[in-house]
Amino acid sequence: MFSYVVRRMLQSIPILLIVLTLVFIVVRVLPGDPAVAALGDYASKDAVNALREKMGLNAPLWLQYMRFIGDLGRGDLGISIITGYPVAKQVATVLPHTLLLTMSAIILGYLFGVPLGISAAVRRNSFVDYFNRVFSLLGLSVPAFYLGILLILLFSIKIPLFPVVGAGEFHNLKDLLRHLFLPALTLGLLMTAYITRMSRSSILNILAEDYVRTAHAKGVAENRVLYKHVLRNALIPIVALGGLYAVVLIGSSVMVEIVFSRPGLGTLMVGAIKQRDYTTLQSVMVIYTVIVVLINLLTDLIYGLIDPRIKYH
Amino acid sequence: MWTAFLRNRTALVGGVIAVLIVFVGVFAPWIAPYDPLAQDSFYRLADRSVKHWLGTDDFGRDVLSRIIWGTRISLIIGVASVVAGLIVGTLMGMMAGFLRGKTETVIMRFTDVIMCFPDLILAIAVTAALGSNLINLILTIALVMTPRFARLSHGLILSLRERDYVVAAQAIGAGVPRILIRHIFPNIFGELLVAGTLWIGVAIRLEANLAFIGMGVQPPTPTWGNMIREGVDVLINAPWISVFAGMSILITILSFNMLGDGVRDMVDPRLRGE
Repeated sequence: MFSYVVRRMLQSIPILLIVLTLVFIVVRVLPGDPAVAALGDYASKDAVNALREKMGLNAPLWLQYMRFIGDLGRGDLGISIITGYPVAKQVATVLPHTLLLTMSAIILGYLFGVPLGISAAVRRNSFVDYFNRVFSLLGLSVPAFYLGILLILLFSIKIPLFPVVGAGEFHNLKDLLRHLFLPALTLGLLMTAYITRMSRSSILNILAEDYVRTAHAKGVAENRVLYKHVLRNALIPIVALGGLYAVVLIGSSVMVEIVFSRPGLGTLMVGAIKQRDYTTLQSVMVIYTVIVVLINLLTDLIYGLIDPRIKYH
Repeated sequence: MWTAFLRNRTALVGGVIAVLIVFVGVFAPWIAPYDPLAQDSFYRLADRSVKHWLGTDDFGRDVLSRIIWGTRISLIIGVASVVAGLIVGTLMGMMAGFLRGKTETVIMRFTDVIMCFPDLILAIAVTAALGSNLINLILTIALVMTPRFARLSHGLILSLRERDYVVAAQAIGAGVPRILIRHIFPNIFGELLVAGTLWIGVAIRLEANLAFIGMGVQPPTPTWGNMIREGVDVLINAPWISVFAGMSILITILSFNMLGDGVRDMVDPRLRGE
């Protein structure tokens, strides 16, 4: 197992390097001069040039790239050209909110999605199954920001139960949860739809296996077949695809953060683009991709843990 | 095949709605009751009425007319980006799966890298770089779609390339392009079509997301995402703007998802309802 973990971790490094290079390139081809963006359109040529020098933008591209990777290696994300604050500090302030939001959504998704998927698969073509199919189709179709707006209309405007703006104070748990409820529900409903659909189909696949029929034939109790034979095997795709959906969820979290005006990586990123704050944009993209690479790594590791066939290859 | 389609209620309903939506998009100038850009300062933020079925927005523009015209942008971007992604991605995937070796490594690692970016984050960054107009949005979303098609076709080809008819074609000296286009492509087209139908929904949602952030086709052009964003500012007084524009997105994506699901059921009855 240990060698599998190490091998899989080593495999992530080249991917991460290429991804970082791509982020570097994308941010360099963005239109407009970052120095002009920071100083305004009426800044003098000398001032712009001085700032470019200070920001290291006059250096050749390869040197900028080496500095970028070197700084990242030391955990230095640079200084925001708009706010003047270290980007690492800004990211550290908002990252917990994004993680809290997405983690709650993932937990909600598994908490409701797996039981719903099981009940739909076991009672195939029943009312429960039908309801589940409609629910998951709707969940797969609705844009996150629209669902967020509908929930705001319902639970903040028509029935003023929850606040619309912000994320609350971290040291005030009640406040934090009140602010978290609607955004987490928005993302959680989407995740539930994904997990329900996936659990249903993977359980249906396993139910058709020979060993399940054998278990039934030798008189194993219904529940025991379900929990011991079906669920344990169905768990493998549920976990594996769960990682994939977590990545999709991170994309949707950007929209939810914007709709609910929550501090987070998404609002930071979109704000950075609007202000042409390239240092911040570059760093946020790096953080996002690192999270995705980590999720993929973690998924594979859990996969190896629950499916003994994998780690030996 | 058609009888199977007609018997599959999900696919049928989805298909009918999708056709209706395409109809609305194509004939928008004749269906829309008003000019989508015409402002009527006497009817600003007016609630639903006989004159304005879905009310008016902050500039007194008819919401129904704007939704009808918005259909065009969503459909054009959704369909064009998926078709572009399908062509480029499938070509890449087929080459990777058929030629193997270094070509495969390069192409598939490229898709791995692109897929490290969540769709929306990649789309936001690329749109910021290219600028947001219709063509650039299509290109951006096509870029997001390309690796998906590449992976799908790559996987499909791996299972086909050892088939007898492929080996036979190779044996009689058929060239790679001929084998790929004449022998392999027709056999994976069904799966690609199903995925493409489902991914039109993804593409439309992506465009709506970008528009909502303010990175879509720029106002005053009516797009559903733009309308929702403008509607959010007046959500308390005029919720209908965002609600109806969002409903249009939801119904459109839903119809393509139902259609795609249903067609997949037909192609592979084993997977019914997945």
